[in-house]
Formats: sequence, C-alpha cells, structure tokens
Amino acid sequence: MRNIFANELYKHAIKNKKIYILVSDISPAGNMINFQKKYPHRFLNVGVSEQTMIGMCAGLSMEGMRSFAYTISTFALYRPFEMVRNDICYQGLPVTIVGMGAGTIYSTLGGTHLTQEDISIARSIPNMSIIAPCDPNELKDAIHYCCTKSKSPIYLRIGKTGEENFTENSKDKWKFGKIRKISSGKDVCFLTFGPIIKKAFDLRNRLVTQKIFSEIYSCHTLKPFDYNGLKKIFKKFKLIVIIEDHSKIGGLNSIVKTFAYENRYYGKIISYSLKDEFIHCYGTQDDLLARHNISNKKIYQNIMDKIK
Amino acid sequence: MNKLFKAKIRCKKYRKKILELSQSVSALHIGGSFSSVEIVDCIYNRLKKNKDKFVLSKGHAGILQYVVLNDLGIIKTRDLHNYQNKNGFLGVHPDYGSPGIMASTGSLGHGLAMIAGMALASKNTNKCFFVLLSDGELQEGSVWEAVLTISSLKLNNIIAIVDNNNLQTSSWTSDTHPTLYPIDKKFVSFGWGAAVCNGHNSNEIYNKVKHRSLKKPFVLIAKTIKGYPVSFMRNVPKWHYRAPNNDEYLQAIEEINKL
Repeated sequence: MRNIFANELYKHAIKNKKIYILVSDISPAGNMINFQKKYPHRFLNVGVSEQTMIGMCAGLSMEGMRSFAYTISTFALYRPFEMVRNDICYQGLPVTIVGMGAGTIYSTLGGTHLTQEDISIARSIPNMSIIAPCDPNELKDAIHYCCTKSKSPIYLRIGKTGEENFTENSKDKWKFGKIRKISSGKDVCFLTFGPIIKKAFDLRNRLVTQKIFSEIYSCHTLKPFDYNGLKKIFKKFKLIVIIEDHSKIGGLNSIVKTFAYENRYYGKIISYSLKDEFIHCYGTQDDLLARHNISNKKIYQNIMDKIK
Repeated sequence: MNKLFKAKIRCKKYRKKILELSQSVSALHIGGSFSSVEIVDCIYNRLKKNKDKFVLSKGHAGILQYVVLNDLGIIKTRDLHNYQNKNGFLGVHPDYGSPGIMASTGSLGHGLAMIAGMALASKNTNKCFFVLLSDGELQEGSVWEAVLTISSLKLNNIIAIVDNNNLQTSSWTSDTHPTLYPIDKKFVSFGWGAAVCNGHNSNEIYNKVKHRSLKKPFVLIAKTIKGYPVSFMRNVPKWHYRAPNNDEYLQAIEEINKL
C-alpha cells in the first residue's frame, strides 16, 4: 500500500501544485524519490521530528495548501498527538495524516511499533475523519478523495506492502462515509476494514463448501460511520462477524455493538478484535493475531457453532 | 512626534485597556501580557506589512493581542468587552478564526512549527512570518525540533521573538534550566541569526529586526520584566495569572499614567 500511496499522491501532485507531503525520516517508497527530486520544495523530510511535521502541515493548510503528513502510524498519531488534536483537528484543517503499517503489521518490531488503539484515539477527536482502505484499489480512491474533496482532517490508516486487491469486481463503488459491499451472500455478514479483509475472503471460501454464503463489507470510513448502511445490514442478517486489526475498545466492534444496542438488534454479533492488552510477542502478523484469538480456524469454528 | 514616543503612548493605552478589562474577570495572565506589550506593539504597528503573518505562540498573552487588534479596528470593541464572557468569542487563549487570529495557541510549543508551515507555503516571497514565544516555552522539545527544521529548510522569512522575562509560573526560568542560557547562542548554533535587546524599547526591537541578516531565520531575545512597569507586579510570580483587585487596579493605572 505504501507504494500505491506514493505513486498516487505523486500523480495528484503533478496536477495540483498545492499538494505538499511532509515525511518523518521514513524509507522512500514507490515514486516518493521522484516526487522529492521533481518537487523538493513540496516533498520534505523533516527528520525524526513528528511534532514539527504535524505543526507544519497545519501551517501549510492555513495558507491554503493541501498537506499530507506521512510516517509509520504510531509516529504519525501517537508521538505528535497534541499537535494532531490542537493544530489540525481543533483548527479544523483539511490535513491528511497517513499512518502507514498500522495495527499489527510491524509484527516483529514489538509493541512500540504497533497501533492497536489508533482508531479509538482518532475517533474521539472532534472534526477527525478516519479512512482505512481494505486494499490498494480502495487506497487509490481514498487518496483521490483526500487530494480533491476533503474539507476536514483525515487519519488515513494504511497497510505496508504486498496487500491483495479484493474490490476489483465490486459493484459498489468506493464512497467516503459509506459502507461498501464487496461480495454478496445471505447467511453471514462480515464487517471489516483494512487489509485484514483477506481473512473474511478466506473464510467465505471455506464456508461456501458447507453451503454457507457470506456477504463481506469494507467499512473503510470508520468516521463518520455509515449508520444507515449498518441499519440495512441489521435487517438482513441474523449473524454478523466483525474482524478487525484493532483493539476491541473504540474500533469497529464498539461502533457496531453500540449501534446494535441503540437499534435493538436481536441477531448475534461475534467480534474478533485485539484484546485490551499490550503485545509482547513476535512472529508473523498472523502469529500475533492468533495470540489474540483472531485466527480463521477459531472464527470458522465459531461461525459453524452459531449457525447450527 | 517621533516613533518611539508614539509607541510609548500606544503601549500605555494598551496596558490601561488590559487593566480595565481585568476588572471584569478573575484571571487573565497580566504579567506575561505586560512583558510583551512593546514587542507586540512593534510587530503590529511598525514591522508587520499587510500580507505578513503573526502567531502568538505564547497564547496566554491573548488579551494583549486582542487589545492591539481592537486598536487596529480588527476586533470590535463590543467583542473585546465580551472577553471571557458567555456572549463573546474571545477567551484567554487566541482561537483560530477569530478576527486577526492566525492560529489557536495556548499549549506552548506549537506556534513555531505552524509558522514554519506558513512560511514554507510562501518561500521565496517577500512575506514575513512573525512569532512570539515565551522563554519558558523554550523548555518544550517541540520548539527545538522546529528551530532545527526551520534553519535546515532555510525558512529565512521567519522572525521569532522570545519574550525573555525570565519568570515562569512557579520559578525563575533561569533557575529551572540554567543551561538554556545564553539563549541567543543556542539559536546561533542551530543556524539562526540572533540578537538581544531591551524588550521594553520599541526602537531597539525595530532596529534589531530591520538590521537582521536576510540569509538566515532570525530570533530576537527581548529582555523584559514580567508585570512591567507596575511596581507590585514586576517579577512577582502571582501576577502570572491573577487579576488585580480594585485598589491594585487604581494603583497600577496611576503608575502607568506617571510614566
């Protein structure tokens, strides 16, 4: 996703001279080097200075520029949190803060490099919108939105490398603030966001062999959330499965369950979110997720038990 | 009438207006506002051109900025008199979107990076970007991130002024961090041009800024006295925050009138 981000932003930056990107000492991905060479005054590496990166993005925006702050998610949101809150969100500026390698993607680097509660934190800031594309195609749409349409602060939560595309054949087009149906089914509904959508597709293929048909949604805009879309899902499905690479506190689990309570949804919601615990283990991303009970084996078994 | 004399008259007026407004509120950061009066006056009335920008990074002196903006006709008198009032929109700390206010400040250590972003957007133009910091604010790490970045990016259109009143909420700033001094040398070592002046002399402030090198970002360390010129406020920590009672108000007005 980081290459797609770099390439797409570069394309927009060629057309729109008001686009600036400030990065904080991060390995150049994709076309970032070309961006930096061609427009050195609009691609700036401020070094390991995340507070300045965010503050400067605010200043650029106040002068009418469209600015992006880009680094690993923990350093994009946590380290300069007060600048994100005061400089960007309190002042209501259309700056996009890009958190790369979000969730548990940096699975071998330890808890200091993981963002298991970033959505929870970002959601609680007034004015902030949150977009978490499920695949590179959705990321392209999200970047287009951030470059051309957004009028408020955005936390753009993206993966890192090697993500598959799942949305090529989706009839639903990507639209900011809307839940997007990616595949159709009638028995189980998967709600998810970000690259972890792959698990839903793997489960879908497995469930089909048991004649269980699942519908998969990309909830790419976590804030503002598409509650009307969710209401329709409540009407259609008796079993909803949430899969997220995020803490159970404040993410999709919280959004859906709170709304289910308010709407007296009588179906079953089972959610697979990260526990409210720091992660002190290493291995692949799947290894980390499995330690928090997010594994296709467990999800599959649980769905089968619930459907019986 | 020469420019210094005119500045003195304006500064007397600003201090008296702040004192007048202090009588309807419980607290307003009068000490740090009084130490900055000549600086903010000089920026608005002598240095700043129309398209230039000014950010009050030491946002606790917001009342001073409002009074000057009112004098310039940018903030209405009615709005100024609703300061801290439920019917008004002017609080202790400046809010982005209020007339003449370029950034929301109040939490220290934010203004310099924001002004850097503004200056970057106007690099290679004649626009100047002024920012006023407090010396206590220099204890924020974010300030030094920005100091480093501004000189690396050659944002030479930035003029930072430090209100060096040497007093923070609870103690002498030089007692808290003696190794911060001399401040100007710190900036110079980061690639800035720097000068020191009497922060209560408008001509000194003006001349140091006017004669700066244009090849570097510039910082002026303005030596000031917190609470200046009121005898019972000068260098007394409690005047960081509190408002004078009526007797204190009358005495302060009398002392300013005698200047």
